[in-house]
Amino acid sequence: MIQNDEHDQNKANLTQNIEIELFIEAIFRCHGYDFRNYNKAHIKRRLLFRLSALGLKSISELQHKVLHEADFFDIVLKDLSINVTEMYRDPSFYAGLRKEVVPLLKTYPFIKIWHAGCATGEEVYSFAILLKEEGLYDRAQIYATDFNPLVLETAKKGIYPINRIKEYTSNYQMAGGLNSFSDYYFARYDAVIFNQDLKKNIVFAEHNLATDSVFAEVNLIICRNVLIYFNKELQNKVIRLFTDSLTKGGFLGLGSKENLMFTEMVDQYVVIDAKEKIYKKKVSDNKYGL
Amino acid sequence: MAYKAIVIGSSAGGLIALKTIILGLRKDFMLPIIIVQHISPHSDSFMARYFNQISPLHVKEADEREPVRSGHVYLAPPNFHLLVEEDQTLSLSVEEKVNFSRPSIDILFETASYVWGKHLIGIILTGANNDGASGLEKIARAGGLAIIQSPESAEVPIMPMSAMDHCPTALILPLNDIPDYLNKINQ
Ligand SMILES: C[S@@+](CC[C@H](N)C(=O)[O-])C[C@H]1O[C@@H](n2cnc3c(N)ncnc32)[C@H](O)[C@@H]1O
Repeated sequence: MIQNDEHDQNKANLTQNIEIELFIEAIFRCHGYDFRNYNKAHIKRRLLFRLSALGLKSISELQHKVLHEADFFDIVLKDLSINVTEMYRDPSFYAGLRKEVVPLLKTYPFIKIWHAGCATGEEVYSFAILLKEEGLYDRAQIYATDFNPLVLETAKKGIYPINRIKEYTSNYQMAGGLNSFSDYYFARYDAVIFNQDLKKNIVFAEHNLATDSVFAEVNLIICRNVLIYFNKELQNKVIRLFTDSLTKGGFLGLGSKENLMFTEMVDQYVVIDAKEKIYKKKVSDNKYGL
Repeated sequence: MAYKAIVIGSSAGGLIALKTIILGLRKDFMLPIIIVQHISPHSDSFMARYFNQISPLHVKEADEREPVRSGHVYLAPPNFHLLVEEDQTLSLSVEEKVNFSRPSIDILFETASYVWGKHLIGIILTGANNDGASGLEKIARAGGLAIIQSPESAEVPIMPMSAMDHCPTALILPLNDIPDYLNKINQ
């Protein structure tokens, strides 16, 4: 009896894995979003969660919905793109940029910055404030991209729930903020609205790292907590895209648990801050990269 | 060997409980062990370093896309969920907290169960919430071995008790007996 139960469980699991592959293929062919090289464990959890929320029995039923119901893909995209973010996540990362990258950026008359996978924009406003304080904002062009159009809508508004502002204020201070954090927003009911002038030089746009290509040559790319969802192959592809997008001597900042050292492009970079995952694309091919 | 991996979930009081288990294992203990210990999001990786110093096993904080290897003990990094992939590598996620926790025991147990099914051992230790209860139930239902630290031997018995509610078939062991039990399985 118990034996059979186990057997059924394991068989159901294998069937599910097949269904998930077919589902991913279906959304790629039907909606153009390519999840084929994403980590599967997380996708599986998310799909099973959606399944039980809808009271459906199998992922094949989800597949039917995603192929035949116009709006259903929006929900799937939301499920599969983890948009969790915050202002000054890992304050020491921002402090590292301030110390090691900003002085070099100051030597350029004009700089371009790309936030890849910016989610609802908290990271972008965090860095925009830092640029203002360092006197760099007015010569910066900032691209903030994500493949999920819904989060970009929120990012464009720059309005966030007030209940996290205490935490963000302390993050801002730990990140080396120079002023009072409340200078940059005004509170309204249960929300804070970031100052309009922070948005002036930011362009929010859809861009899919798995399928889209280079769109600008930039001096700094910040892409945090996105690569952790990709398999090695896609990680390598995206780092290649970044390398092609960076100027010589341009900087790349990754998430605290992401590591350029495990990718194919490691030879093209020098490490600026190993702990904060800040790298610099080599200026030349000699071994010092200078 | 019937079992291929061990997952452990612990919370309040976990440091001492984990130490008892890790130090109680034979030095040639082969089964890979993957641990979620609830910990402040801002803490550094001291726990992995500490255990690695005092244990003959290789204890480390899990890196993304790292293959699970025998003789190794992996700890979830603070503020990240830890998942097991079908190809027996580890992956990380920053998604919402589950049971108010990131890392969450349920997420580790559930994804490990998909991969190892009846070849998995899941262990719930001391703690003050109910994370891990439903994950342990999943492990048991897939034919894996569910073990719970006896509430009497737990610094905080809430997590073991909640796991017992969800998973009545689980084996209940006093903390001090768990390492020997695992050592026998490893032979
Ligand atoms: C966890 S959030 C990270 C947000 C922010 N960078 C941070 O670290 O707080 C990951 C973001 O990556 C986006 N993303 C996932 N796959 C992507 C892809 N192929 N192209 C562009 N963005 C992607 C998701 O939509 C999500 O907003």
